[in-house]
Amino acid sequence: MGRKLLLDKAHIEGIRYYDVYRKNGGYAAAEKALKSMSPDLVTEEVKKSGLRGRGGAGFPTGLKWSFLAKPEGVPRYLVCNADESEPGTFKDRYLMEFIPHLLIEGLLISSFALGANRTYIYIRGEYAWIPDILEEAIAEAHKNGWLGKNIQGTGFDLDIYVQRGAGAYICGEETALIESLEGKRGNPRIKPPFPAVKGLWQCPTVVNNVETLAAVVPIINIGGDEYAKYGTGKSTGTKLISACGNLNKPGVYEIDMSISVEEFIYSDEYCGGIPNGKRLKACIPGGSSVPILPANLLLKTAKGEQRMMTYESLNDGGFATGSMMGSGGFIVLDEDQCVVRHTMSLARFYHHESCGQCSPCREGTGWMKKVLLNIENGKGKESDIDLLWDIQRRIEGNTICPLGDAAAWPVAAAIRHFRDEFEWHVRHPEEAVKRNFGLAHYADPLPVAAPAAAV
Amino acid sequence: MAEEKKLFKVTIDNIPVEVEPGTTILNAARMIGGDVVPPAMCYYSKLQGSGGKCRTCLVKVSKGSDADPRPMPKLVASCRTTVMDGMEVANITSPEVLDARKGVVEFLLLNHPLDCPVCDQAGECDLQDLSYEHGVSSTRYEFKRRTFDKIDIGDHIKLHMTRCILCYRCVFTADQLTNKREHGILGRGDASEISTYIKNSLDNDFIGNVIDVCPVGALTDRTARFKNRVWFLKPVDAHCTCDKCSGKAVLWMRGDEIFRVTARKDKYGEVEEFICDTCRFERKDAKDWVIEGPRKVSRHSVISQGHYVGTRKPQETIARVMDGRAPKLLMDIHSVSEVNMPAVDLSKIDGPAHSNDFPKNNGAQ
Amino acid sequence: MAVQFSEEKLNKVKEIIARYPEGKQKSALIPVLHLAQESFGGWLSAETMDYVASLLQIDPIEVYEVATFYSMYNLKPVGKYLFEVCHTGPCMVSGSDNIIEYIKERLGINVGETTADGLFTLKTVECLGACGYAPMMQLGKFYKEHLTKARVDEIIAECRAKAN
Ligand SMILES: Cc1cc2nc3c(=O)[nH]c(=O)nc-3n(C[C@H](O)[C@H](O)[C@H](O)COP(=O)(O)O)c2cc1C
Ligand code: SF4
Ligand code: FES
Ligand code: FES
Repeated sequence: MGRKLLLDKAHIEGIRYYDVYRKNGGYAAAEKALKSMSPDLVTEEVKKSGLRGRGGAGFPTGLKWSFLAKPEGVPRYLVCNADESEPGTFKDRYLMEFIPHLLIEGLLISSFALGANRTYIYIRGEYAWIPDILEEAIAEAHKNGWLGKNIQGTGFDLDIYVQRGAGAYICGEETALIESLEGKRGNPRIKPPFPAVKGLWQCPTVVNNVETLAAVVPIINIGGDEYAKYGTGKSTGTKLISACGNLNKPGVYEIDMSISVEEFIYSDEYCGGIPNGKRLKACIPGGSSVPILPANLLLKTAKGEQRMMTYESLNDGGFATGSMMGSGGFIVLDEDQCVVRHTMSLARFYHHESCGQCSPCREGTGWMKKVLLNIENGKGKESDIDLLWDIQRRIEGNTICPLGDAAAWPVAAAIRHFRDEFEWHVRHPEEAVKRNFGLAHYADPLPVAAPAAAV
Repeated sequence: MAEEKKLFKVTIDNIPVEVEPGTTILNAARMIGGDVVPPAMCYYSKLQGSGGKCRTCLVKVSKGSDADPRPMPKLVASCRTTVMDGMEVANITSPEVLDARKGVVEFLLLNHPLDCPVCDQAGECDLQDLSYEHGVSSTRYEFKRRTFDKIDIGDHIKLHMTRCILCYRCVFTADQLTNKREHGILGRGDASEISTYIKNSLDNDFIGNVIDVCPVGALTDRTARFKNRVWFLKPVDAHCTCDKCSGKAVLWMRGDEIFRVTARKDKYGEVEEFICDTCRFERKDAKDWVIEGPRKVSRHSVISQGHYVGTRKPQETIARVMDGRAPKLLMDIHSVSEVNMPAVDLSKIDGPAHSNDFPKNNGAQ
Repeated sequence: MAVQFSEEKLNKVKEIIARYPEGKQKSALIPVLHLAQESFGGWLSAETMDYVASLLQIDPIEVYEVATFYSMYNLKPVGKYLFEVCHTGPCMVSGSDNIIEYIKERLGINVGETTADGLFTLKTVECLGACGYAPMMQLGKFYKEHLTKARVDEIIAECRAKAN
């Protein structure tokens, strides 16, 4: 059994409530931090743990905290990003539904470290029932002296509020989230200034993902050094992976970042393989924004090494032959799935979610969607494939926020690895609307380049 | 000894310039002037918070600063990126920048109607200038363009949303110059539009300035006596005594007739001083004004490049505007435009049209 | 019906405003719009939005800008039961297309339409964060997951029963 740090107690009956959570060791970390540690020491532990942001970008959390500006007399804010809208990702929801106090405790410790007295949880509007769960947990924490004024007699004050969004993926981007929290349209801000200097209401602000903030609890409990012993290399600790698509057991798994992709897909402890005896065709391992990989490149890197569920290994080969850990949304496609159609659905998603501020994303996402729809419907031309490549290339890197890149990458990767399938679509339009390209050669073992020494 | 303000040394396309800390790359380039100035479709120096959106001003920072010489990983919006000491910037010397800009122009034109032949802004349109310089010769977009109905927002301003490039300038103008904003950006993504939501009229002392800040022909002056191609009109500097604004304006005239009144613009197409709505919409009699003399159109534009000088036949104009592209709009100009009244055939008039050429009651809006 | 919150709802609005620092009541806009949509027939009329603007002391255009940005606000009346079926990639590979087709057939409407009796509206939406429990849809406050044709029949029947 893989070791767990976040969800180990998630299935204890009644863990959603304060008494049970407390009895099972809850708020011990908060007690330790508030009563025996200084804010800087907490940040130091988080740095030592090697914790990287779980929202997608994987930025070291301790480092991010240390960038927070601390001008005299200006309030600082911590905002918890629970917008979770990246297709394939549903891990934060799981954590909040099952063990809300873990998040509240993480928020308390983190707010203490950052010197924030008012903290917001920004949750996507569609998770309409979760604010009730969180607000109940917050009320319980208040009642038991873990929130409010002078917490546990330490002199530290904190209030946590839940803010619901109203349907906009872009509000997961931290500056769009801040705008939304200010009651505005979710238009990402132009940076600099960064939120660490001017964030919510122009005050220094840290935005962190739900899972990141929850992970602070075990870090304080066991210590940063101990936490860093989980995982591999710079991928320390455990990670929540939400697995979906063609799997026997889709769901949320907490993994110690030391297992292989193959084990994750096929072992009974995790996803239990592909249903109906089908074969694996492709996978998007880190949420819809990261590059899709064909089966052969997913299980082994281009160097022929076993691909592991770590930030580094998933990224091995870069854009050419690798992908990313992203938000941990693990989407699996079996041999019956059409990559063109799947790519079209993602393009449609990004088109729908573009805020519309900057021209490459506003105009380019819709254009890609339309071209992909044509190809999918048997109306594509050979030149459309190059056109798509050109459009994505001119969006990527030229936009205000990374949504442009997120829209470009899936298209780029699909063409890079599945060009045959796109070409088949445009060359056999009539057939393509009736059947799928199938597995083709996408699971065939790749020839491994001879090691350099042998040359 | 007074402390000397430290200036930052920056080079843009290998041309050095010294600027005050806090200056943006774009403004540093404007201090150099000429070809190294990146085009700016959304930035407006007089409007706080503007810029960063259109992405036409992207440049490459090949060296961050003396202290940290690393290049910036992506192209940056020069209008919103401030210089650092020792920074090296590539604009027209960077093929990457030119390629990205070409992409941006293509994106901006994707849903643009390309109706320059019938657009009031033709000849003073930033998008037209931009596509003339950076555009591609034919569109690769094979889908139906997004269209909106033209609407009148109040007695003075017409909104032709189809042409809008969502620069947000008019929103900032309303926020910063008037006491109540009544229009804004509605919708999301490529369905965003400038609108008042429920039909409202824009009515506010300084709201007319949205017409001048609009880089394209999306917001136009309904009171312009009758529509006329700008290059047929003679701009003159004039002033009046006004209790609301400086009264310094440009009158667009033909003979003694004032066709429209605008603010004075600098060579980057930016208004020098905003004018009030009374000056703009109501002072249409030459007696209201003291004329100072002809305005030199100094801005970098298709007008000043003389592309239109002497042009009579609309067809030729189309070819010029379209940069040799075959016009997509093979339509009868009168059937789609209010530029000219249907009763009058422009091409049969000897010389530029004049209000006398139009039936009086038909000519007024 | 004049647009006016009940006393209880007005207190809720006050409570929401109190979550933000002094003078930042505009932050309450998104939650208050949710409250307004629930209270005034499941959609936001111009009148409703103007009312919200007056409550928060902001210009109506600021409300329109926000209401038109977020996909959860309905700017037109919708049926009593709004079926929002996810059609993004992960749901698609798990068979959401068939479910959408089936709902269309059962209700006799297309995506974006409302049944003649005003009971049901069908919408397709983008990923709702239930990809592992696909196909799925949102119905009011809750998700209906692991949809099958039989489950869709049940849900429709439940709604009909509740409406009577
Ligand atoms: C378009 C876009 C959507 C995003 N959506 C989310 C999201 O839903 N949840 C999240 O935690 N981070 C999201 N992010 C990442 C955040 O901007 C930010 O990096 C993150 O919240 C930082 O937290 P972390 O350091 O704990 O990961 C998104 C970023 C972009 C550009
Ligand atoms: S990249 Fe897309 S989502 Fe991001 S600011 Fe630009 S238009 Fe908005
Ligand atoms: S002028 Fe700089 S982005 Fe528009
Ligand atoms: S794709 Fe349907 S819920 Fe995520």
